[in-house]
Amino acid sequence: MMKLAKPEGITALVLKRIGLGLVTLWVISLLIFVGVEALPGDLAEAVLGQSATPETVAAFREELKLDLPPHKRYFAWLGAFIQGDFGNSLANQRPVVDLIGWRFANSLFLAGVTALIAVPVAVLLGILAALYRNTLFDRLISMATLSTISFPEFFVAYILIALLSVQMVIFPSISNINDQMNFWQKLYAIILPCLTLAMVVTAHMMRQTRAAIINILSSPFIEMANLKGLHRLRIVVLHAFPNALSPVINVIALNLAYLVVGVVIVEVVFVYPGLGQLLVDSVSKRDIPVVQASGLIFAATYVLLNLSADVLSIISNPRLRNPR
Amino acid sequence: MKTTEELEKLLLAGKLSRREFIARISALGLTVTLSPALLSATAYADTPKRGGRLRLGLNGGATSDTLDPGIQLAMMPQTLVYGTLANSLVEINAEGDPVPELAESWESAPDAKTWVFKLRKGVEFHNGKSMDADDVIYSMNWHIKEGTKSAAKALVESIVNIKKDDKHTLSFELASGNADFPFTLSDYHLVVGPKDTDFSEGIFTGGYKLESFEPGVRAFAVHNPNYFKSDRAWFDEVEILGINDVNARTNALKTGQIDVMNRCDLKTVHLFKRTPGIQVMRQDGYKHFTFAMRTDIAPYDNNDVRLALKYAVDREQMVKTILRGYGRVGNDHPISVANRYHAGDLPQRQYDPDKAKFHLKKAGLADTTFKFHAAEAAFKGAVDAGALYKEQAAQAGITIDVVREPNDGYWSNVWMKKPWCAVFWGGRPTEDMMFSTAYAKGAAWNDTFWDHSRFNELLVAARAELDEKKRAEMYKEMQGIVRDEGGVVVPMFSADLSAANDKVGHGKLAANWELDGFRAPERWWFKS
Repeated sequence: MMKLAKPEGITALVLKRIGLGLVTLWVISLLIFVGVEALPGDLAEAVLGQSATPETVAAFREELKLDLPPHKRYFAWLGAFIQGDFGNSLANQRPVVDLIGWRFANSLFLAGVTALIAVPVAVLLGILAALYRNTLFDRLISMATLSTISFPEFFVAYILIALLSVQMVIFPSISNINDQMNFWQKLYAIILPCLTLAMVVTAHMMRQTRAAIINILSSPFIEMANLKGLHRLRIVVLHAFPNALSPVINVIALNLAYLVVGVVIVEVVFVYPGLGQLLVDSVSKRDIPVVQASGLIFAATYVLLNLSADVLSIISNPRLRNPR
Repeated sequence: MKTTEELEKLLLAGKLSRREFIARISALGLTVTLSPALLSATAYADTPKRGGRLRLGLNGGATSDTLDPGIQLAMMPQTLVYGTLANSLVEINAEGDPVPELAESWESAPDAKTWVFKLRKGVEFHNGKSMDADDVIYSMNWHIKEGTKSAAKALVESIVNIKKDDKHTLSFELASGNADFPFTLSDYHLVVGPKDTDFSEGIFTGGYKLESFEPGVRAFAVHNPNYFKSDRAWFDEVEILGINDVNARTNALKTGQIDVMNRCDLKTVHLFKRTPGIQVMRQDGYKHFTFAMRTDIAPYDNNDVRLALKYAVDREQMVKTILRGYGRVGNDHPISVANRYHAGDLPQRQYDPDKAKFHLKKAGLADTTFKFHAAEAAFKGAVDAGALYKEQAAQAGITIDVVREPNDGYWSNVWMKKPWCAVFWGGRPTEDMMFSTAYAKGAAWNDTFWDHSRFNELLVAARAELDEKKRAEMYKEMQGIVRDEGGVVVPMFSADLSAANDKVGHGKLAANWELDGFRAPERWWFKS
């Protein structure tokens, strides 16, 4: 990353990274296919379960072309995918786009709202912790955020449900949003999963912010600022924080990616119709087109977020743009 | 609280009248409205009301579900298709008897091989088409035709020919006599849809029309004003939500986000019962768990080994521990008390370590380790049941090694492959269906690979026998044969527990499937 950047800079970097990203996605599609193939059984057996008989399984396989050799099926899928055809779900014949589109929008909605809560809170707490480092306040925030990250997500979720939904009837315990709801109803419905996720991701970002700032605080220019007699708040916010942005941005990007792709447990507990549950169901049913499409969306999310993190780091740090 | 529970038990058992119950509980200074026992007891006496939106939160839905009636394998699509949108020719009522639904009446030839069904007139599909014999033939062929994907193929295999006598009369010709044929036609796969349509669109004859269906997530249906039953389908709207997490279902019901849930958490249901405004409903149906041994593989080909393992289970403890008391002990055959010809006078097999030891010694296999394969996918608590069994068998000097298998692919890689494994059975409404499905020689799901000539003979004879008394005798003998010579240990029958808020009214619950035979949306109502 550091060596790539030339004076013409960011455009070339972005193009190169997008190219590499596409290669990554292709490799991932291959890995997903091989992975699902390696699982025991196929769609016919997984869907029919206990009711499978040899004849019905054979009928299933023939209709869905599961009897073709794996490489033929992979290239048939890849050919269609490149032309923008995501195919149909093998299990219920619905177009994959219909299955994924609105779920992905839901996943982004949950991740977006959570990020709007968690990122400012984490950064603010990080700055405060750095400002008052090694005081009781610093230790308290560290302890509180680290404990929420140490509990499993479902535990935090159940505690929140027990408190805010069952004991005090403030928020709904399930967040099954649907089209009949307007924006504010949806927002109200997802408050508990948002809080759960916010508690889980805050600690990570907060600790990173704190560490990055403290690291900068030991540099000579901060010493200088101190000697000039500047106020501590001003030093931390205006002098140290901008220089600490790069690692903070990276950890935020990682957490955002997690919020999009890693929240299946929270989805299950709150019955939230996101992409995670779809992926899990599709893997257990060996529904390859759906697994491929959702797997690739997850991978693309990571690639894009990492790319934007790098770009933002470079913009925020002139030294990275002009390497010596 | 202890006294209240006892009084409730007495009330539920009918040993105490409601009046006495109220009097005695008031004497204790407790409020009677808090007692769910009283609430569910009053529910029967209610008159149905029209209106409202019934919201069901159900376990057993996946994003890969479909509306195709041939591939109905989980509770959510079953409740949606069979219980909400569609009808079969025959319905099973709360007493477990077959009653006319889309058929008006039926009769059979004396050999029970030819059956003539008169169809109900004036039944309309959701798309406005009138139902006639051609639609029924098309719907049956959905499962019979060459290359069908239907899981009900085995069920309708015996139908050789379906003939249209006139617009509303059909005759079915069977390969061999079957006195229970009306039961077969009540199966949840065999619903009737309009000719030449794709059934996955959800167009049927039922009390509600499908508005939207997102597999595994949500289904929404509205009342069908042209429904042919005037005393059913009381709700204006039905919403079915897929909620696979039991805690999420419980909380949703408690906080009023749904009205009905299935499959209560056995660990906490005793607390749930005490929650004001909640009714817990129990159905003792056909559902049972088996430990199936492959009788074609050593050492399970030796009946003494099988008997030893049957005597080595403490069934009462199994029901108490694994089912938390919500079930009944099994007697090593698959016929439930809800079945018509259940042989109640057959002696109950008891836990008897000495007899187990005796049979094992007779087989000459005293030092063998028996590998028992189980996974949670077989049934909830299967692995724990294995661990418990291991301890119980150890008392008889039998060594059982419980092998935990992955949930994923259990039915294709473990069941019917491993010599001894845990199995779930939803059960069947008739003895014949149960035995033909899993105990007849060569049946696709004969998971014990059992072949008993007397049993197979009786199975065919009983199927065609129209004399009730003779039939009962035959089925009793067959239950005895399975019990003493079959390849299954049947330790327990599991009850179904569902819950609803107390606004929901219902009659006596049919035991054939969960939630009133999957028919809660059709049969239940909101009290005013």
